[in-house]
Formats: sequence, structure tokens, C-alpha cells
Amino acid sequence: MKTKKISVLALSAGLFFAACNSSQQNNEGTESKELSGTIQIDGSSTVYPITEAVAEEFRTVQPKVKVTIGSSGSGAGFNKFARGETDISDASRAIKDKEKDACKENNIQYLEIRVALDGIAIVVNKENTWIENITTEELKQLWEPNSTVTNWSDIRPEWPDEKIQLFGPSTAHGTYDFFTEEIVGESGASRSDYNAVSDYNVAVQGISTSKNALGYFGLAYYTENKDKLKLISVDNGNGPVFPSLETVGDGTYAPLARPLYIYVNKKSAKRKEVMEFVNFYINNAAKLSKDVGYIPLPAAEYNNSLSQLNDLSNK
Amino acid sequence: MNNAATNRIKDKLFKYFGIVCTLIGLTVLAIFIIDILIDGVQRLDWKFITNLPSRFPEKAGILTAWTGTLWIFFLTAIIAIPLGIAAGIYLEEYSKKGRLANLLEINIANLAGVPSIIYGILGLEIFVRVLKFGGSLLAGSFTLALLILPIIIVSTREAVKAVPKTIKEASFALGATKWQTIWNQVLPAASSNIITGIILALARAVGETAPLIVIGALAYVPFVAKTPMDEFTVLPMQIFNWVSRPQHGFIINAAAAIIILLCVVFVMNGIAVYLRNRAQRKIQW
Amino acid sequence: MQFGFSGLPAKVSGFNIYYMTRAKEYIIEKCLFFSALITVLTTIGILLVLAIEAVDFFKEVSIIDFFTDSQWTPLFSEKHFGIMSLLAGTLLTTFIAIAVALPIGLTIAVYLSEYAPKSFRKTIKPLLEVLAAVPTVVYGFFALMVVTPFLQNFIPTLSGFNALSAGIVMGIMIIPFVSSLSEDALYAVPKSLREASYGMGSTRFQTSFKVLIPAASSGITASVILAISRAIGETMIVAIAAGQIPALTLNPLEPVQTITAFIVQVSSGDVPFGSLEHKTIFAAGISLFALTFILNSISFWINKKYQQQYE
Repeated sequence: MKTKKISVLALSAGLFFAACNSSQQNNEGTESKELSGTIQIDGSSTVYPITEAVAEEFRTVQPKVKVTIGSSGSGAGFNKFARGETDISDASRAIKDKEKDACKENNIQYLEIRVALDGIAIVVNKENTWIENITTEELKQLWEPNSTVTNWSDIRPEWPDEKIQLFGPSTAHGTYDFFTEEIVGESGASRSDYNAVSDYNVAVQGISTSKNALGYFGLAYYTENKDKLKLISVDNGNGPVFPSLETVGDGTYAPLARPLYIYVNKKSAKRKEVMEFVNFYINNAAKLSKDVGYIPLPAAEYNNSLSQLNDLSNK
Repeated sequence: MNNAATNRIKDKLFKYFGIVCTLIGLTVLAIFIIDILIDGVQRLDWKFITNLPSRFPEKAGILTAWTGTLWIFFLTAIIAIPLGIAAGIYLEEYSKKGRLANLLEINIANLAGVPSIIYGILGLEIFVRVLKFGGSLLAGSFTLALLILPIIIVSTREAVKAVPKTIKEASFALGATKWQTIWNQVLPAASSNIITGIILALARAVGETAPLIVIGALAYVPFVAKTPMDEFTVLPMQIFNWVSRPQHGFIINAAAAIIILLCVVFVMNGIAVYLRNRAQRKIQW
Repeated sequence: MQFGFSGLPAKVSGFNIYYMTRAKEYIIEKCLFFSALITVLTTIGILLVLAIEAVDFFKEVSIIDFFTDSQWTPLFSEKHFGIMSLLAGTLLTTFIAIAVALPIGLTIAVYLSEYAPKSFRKTIKPLLEVLAAVPTVVYGFFALMVVTPFLQNFIPTLSGFNALSAGIVMGIMIIPFVSSLSEDALYAVPKSLREASYGMGSTRFQTSFKVLIPAASSGITASVILAISRAIGETMIVAIAAGQIPALTLNPLEPVQTITAFIVQVSSGDVPFGSLEHKTIFAAGISLFALTFILNSISFWINKKYQQQYE
């Protein structure tokens, strides 16, 4: 009996440790500059997919560099970054004053790099036949605090006299901050009687099953669910524009195109592997951000970031 | 109808009610598992279990996640079980009854109600920053150990309380010391109930996401942790991460990962249940 | 050689055995004491971590406002800091969860302990314990995607996010806490008590409710208190399924936000650390701690009074 117990335990322990070791990758020939080290990244869960994609591709070029990425949120990311606990911080918004102060306190100098754009799509249910476009003024009327709009007809009288079901990000999210700032005029200024979600797939589900629904979230969630949702164009005074790879990238879809950032610790950038990684990031951000549903910046901007980065290494 | 007949009817009714309740619990479990299986079983293959995370759902795998979960399970168990049982024994057998003891008891029940994310914040301050464990398995398992400690303590106390006084008195009468009585008589007698507490506690630890996110369990870890000081990720974190991505392939991945997690838990529970059954066989009073 | 009780040869002077065992006992007792002390240290740690930031928070927001304002909107442009709406969310979902878990859990406990055949008990008990092991994230989505649409067939006015689904699923998660721990307590009641009761002609129903449950009351109450605490502190299920907008309501068909859901929302979001908005989580956390402390103290005293009758 006892031997049976011991052998079962030993077998499972053996399998466990075999798995631990099986992921070790064999060196592929001799890379001319094979780097090693660890790069710690944390921050926004919105930017995470891009950074993950970059790290995945980077692993094929520099297999010995360990890149670890967290997604605890932009706020938590900056908190760790300001304490020097991470080398790079992912952020779906620019760094705020309090966070800048925290960095200063700990002598952390950083480089702010924009890596991609996230288009914010306004979507409605597929059975919604009446709306094709909406103006930014109407959006403001709809979403401002203490808004008097309850039915579709309150916005335009020719629309049905039915209650609008609103969906949007919950208040602790960058998308919420950005949308309220751009559309309503002040960050955080929004009506509070809407279905707030943290996971946009839930909003997709909610909108696709509710005829009178309207919601806003990142374009990627529309693109992956085209068969369930209807996209509407936004008129910022220059005619209605649909969000797409082109219109968000060249700025015609305005103002609902928000930049995504990474912040790099200048001291960390002095390490070869970090410098190499950030270089790789900027060079590949255009292609990889598309893979995960975001929109690349104009090439000029990436070149600008590259030269800023190279200035660092020359100091 | 006389009393005896009414009582027999009440007895029968309750028996059926009992069966219904048990079935409710089992049916929910079944619906749950079937739902997940339908969604996720298609994705289960050897590659899924041994691949690293990726931005392409077809390529993404859970190797680092399930090894991380196993690490967390073992480390948390090693820390929490002895501490919890020791504390439970102390509180039940050694501490003098009185206001201090009452306060301790209320305190422990209270700790069981603190949201797991607060333990995460506590763990971040103490284990990650002050003790400098960093965002490692060690910090994660210590934090989770604190989280589940109250469950183990409470079940140990109740298990020890339930051992009949006669056993203890007989042991003392034979000249045994307090610790000898506890170690040789009370603990073996109480072991099956203590194991139940441990099962529930560890099950909780393995399914937790929030405190580990705060500590620094990462979503992307391209290597299997080899020492307790390594960075890590766990299955619930991976599931949580995948479930909110727009690409549908990730939702299927999440379902498959849930199946794996349930399997891991099932195996762990199974081992513990086997141990419990063996312990219980010896106790017949 | 003759061996004394401590396993050492009796040839060694009895004097030494006595002191060695005494020393061993003392050391063991101290070790056990320090293990118990960890719980106190944990509480102190939690209070410190929460209080330091909460004190800062209350410098800017008056305590009176905190308790009397009917709205909680710290992340909207028009800020209100009334904890009542979050508290309502927590209490509502907890109540529903306990209303589900308590009767079902206790019944299962009694059934498995007294009525069911031994082999049935051996298989069912671990299966139910699996319910406690499902990650709460998964339960949350189950509540949102499966339970809510299912209930909407019967209750058309049920909102997409609501307290009812979240509460029910939380209750299901807690069932094993009540059933397994209570059942252990019942099982541990000495056979003599059972046999005496059956010997007098009682049915299993009478024996269970009039003899066994009172005898096992300590263990059963402990399991119930543990279950309630678990429900109050539950985070993910309510964060996902109950809603993200606080509302001062006791209507289970509407979305509510619990204290725990709020804390998770802010700490994993994009709010900058150190801001007033961020400090709200510490104020909310400490309120929750105070709430559970009061609830636990009350149940402790009630339990003590009840127990005295059966000691």
C-alpha cells in the first residue's frame, strides 16, 4: 500500500518537473548578438495585446530574453513604473500629473512613445433601420450628465419613440475617460443610467440582443462581431465618417481615435536587451497592432519615436 | 392520524426534499460542465497544453498557466496547512477562554470575509515590496495562504471540538501529556474533518484571480517557472485575460482552459478525498 | 530496556525525562501560539494598509456625507461619496446567496449524514465540493450568460445585469461550505446520541432536527458564518453579473454594484494611484471590514447564547 502511494506521488512529481523542463528552447544556431535578460512590463489591458504580439515575435529573434507582461491596468502600471518596478509601462492614456510627480520623486525618467490608435466605434443593433449616422453634438446630448434624452425620438423626431438601451465602458476605463472628454467636454462627465461593462464582449452580447441598443467601445470589438452589430458613422462637422483602418489612421475619423502609449524607463533603456526590444516594438507596431485589431500611426510618427530612442542610446 | 404516522410522513417528505436538494446541486454542476465542454472541448489537444501564449488564438496555449497553477497549489498548501492546523489547535486546546479568545474567534471569522483583492493589496505591500519577494510565486502563495487560513483554522477548530471528551480524558488518565494526546489521539480523530476544510480552502486558492493580479501575476509569461522566486501566471488569470478579447477564438480557448482547470481541481480533490476516506475509516464512534 | 512514555529509555534518569518533556511541551505550545498570532498580525496588516489611505480620504470627504449621501459617483464628473448604495448592493446579493445556500446546504448535510447510504455519501460529497473550486470568474460569466437569460424567460422585467442571478450563483458556490462542513459536524456526533434517540422510537427526521443538529450546532453555525463571510467578500461574480453602476435599491431585478465589485473595478482600471478617486477603494474596504466585524460579533453572541443551552 505504502509503496503504491509513494510511486503514484513520484510519478506525478516526475511528470510535473518534466513539463517544467520541456519548454526550454534549443539555441538556434549562433545569433551574432544573442542577448539575454528580463524585461518587466505592466499596465493597460487595452495595450496588452499589442505588447504581447511584439514579445511573441521578439522571442523568435532573441529567444533568450525573457519578456513578462502584466495587465493590471494603466493606473496600477504607472504605480509600479514610478517605483522602478517595471521597465516599460503600457498605457491607454497619457501619464497624469500625480503619476509624473511620483516618477520625479523616485528619479524615474521616461520616454513617452505612442504605439497605435484605438478607434472608438458607435454601434447599434442589426435591426436598427433608422440610424445611419450621428453628429458629435447629438452624441453629447445623449451622453452628458443629467441628459434629458430617453427615447430615440428625443434626438431626431423622425426616429422611433422607443427607449434607448445604452451600453458603455465602466467608469474606471480609459475608453470612458477619453469618450467623455472628447464628446462631452470633460473627463468623467457622463450620465449614469447606462449598462456599464468591463468586458466589451458583454456589451456586444447586450447590444446584439436588444433592438433599441446603442453603445460605444473599441473598433476591434465591432470588427470581430460584424455579423451581429451595425456600425454607424460619426459627423464631426465635416460629414459622416465610418471608422476604419484608413480613416482612423489618417485622422479623418475624429475625434474618436485615441492613442495608445508605452512609457520606457530611460535607465532601463540603457540595457541592450531593452533598447533592442523597444526598437523592435516601434519597427513592428504598425503590422502587429493591425493583427490584434488596432490601427497603426502614420509612418512619420514611428520614425520620430525611433530617433528619440536612438538619441537615448547615444547619450 | 396519530403522532407516529405524522412523524413518519414528515420523515419521508424530508427524505425526498433532501434528494431534491442534492440533485439541484449536482444538476447545476452538470449543466455547468456540459456547457463548458460544448464550448471548449474542440480546442483541447496536446499543443494547447504545451504551447505558450500567443496573439493568435489557434496558437495560444496554457503551458505556463497550468504549471503556475500547480506551483501555487503546492506552495500555498505547504504554507497554509501547517500554519492553519497549528493555529486551530492552539485556539481550541490551549488558549484560555475569555475575552481575548472571543475576540480572536470573531477576528478569524472576520478575516474570512475580507475581499480577496484586499489580501492582494496587503500582499503587494508586505510580500512584494517590504520583504522583497517581488512579483514571484512566493509572494503569490504567501498572500493566498493568508487568504485561505481562516477556512483551515475554523474547520480545524470544529474538527477538534467534535472529538469526544472521553478520548482525551482517557489519554490523560494513562499519563500522556497534552501534546501527546493531541498528536496521537485528537488529530488522527479529527483528521478527516480537517481535510474537508483543506479541500475547500485550496480549491478557493486555485480559483482566485484578483489578488494575484494585484501582486503581479502576469498575463504573459513565456517560460515555465523553475523556482519559487520566478514570475508566474495561473489558469484563472489566463482565462480572465482571454475572455475579454474580441477574437472569438480566445473565447473557445478560455472554455478549454476552464476544462483543464476543473480537471486539475478534480484530481487534487480526488487525492484529498481518498486521504479523507482512509482517515474516516479508522474512526468509529 | 524499559521505555517511558516519552519514548526515551527509562534508564535515563526520570528527572531528565520530566524536564525534557516539559520543555518540549512548552516549545510546542509557543509554536502553536505564534501560528495563531499570524491571524492577529494579518488583521493589523489589513487595517494598517486600509486605514493609512482611508484617513487621507476622510480628510477630503466628510464622514457624514460618506454615510448619508444616497449616490456613489466618484468617477463621474459630479462626485458623490455615499457608501449606502454600495452597501445596499453588498447586502442584497449576500442575502439572496444565503437564502439559496442555507436551506439547500443544510438539507443536503442532514440528508447525506442520516438518510443516504454510505457509498452515496462518499461519491456525492466530493462532487459537491467541486462546486467550491470553480473559479469565480467562470461563475460570473455563467451567471451573466446562462442564468440571466434563463431567468428572463420567467421574469421579463429582469435587467441584463441584476442582483438576482449573481446572488443565486453565489449561493450555489457556497453550498459546499454549508453542506460539507455541517455534514462533518453531524457525522462527528457520537453514535450513542443517535442510538438513544432511535431507541426511543424517533424517526430520522426527529433525530436529526431535535438531537443531532443541536448537538452539532457549534460546527453548523461556524459553517454558516463562514459561508456568509464568503458571500460578503465575493468579488468576481458580482463584478461581472450584478452590474457596475451603484444603485440604492433593494430590488433584485435591477443592476447594483457591491463594495467588492467597486474595489476591483478601480484597482484594475486606469485611475491614477494616489488620487482621491483611487483612495475611495480604501474607504470602501474599511467600511466592508467594519460591516463584517459587526455581523460576526452579533452572530458570535447569538451563537454563544444558543450553545449554552446544550452544553
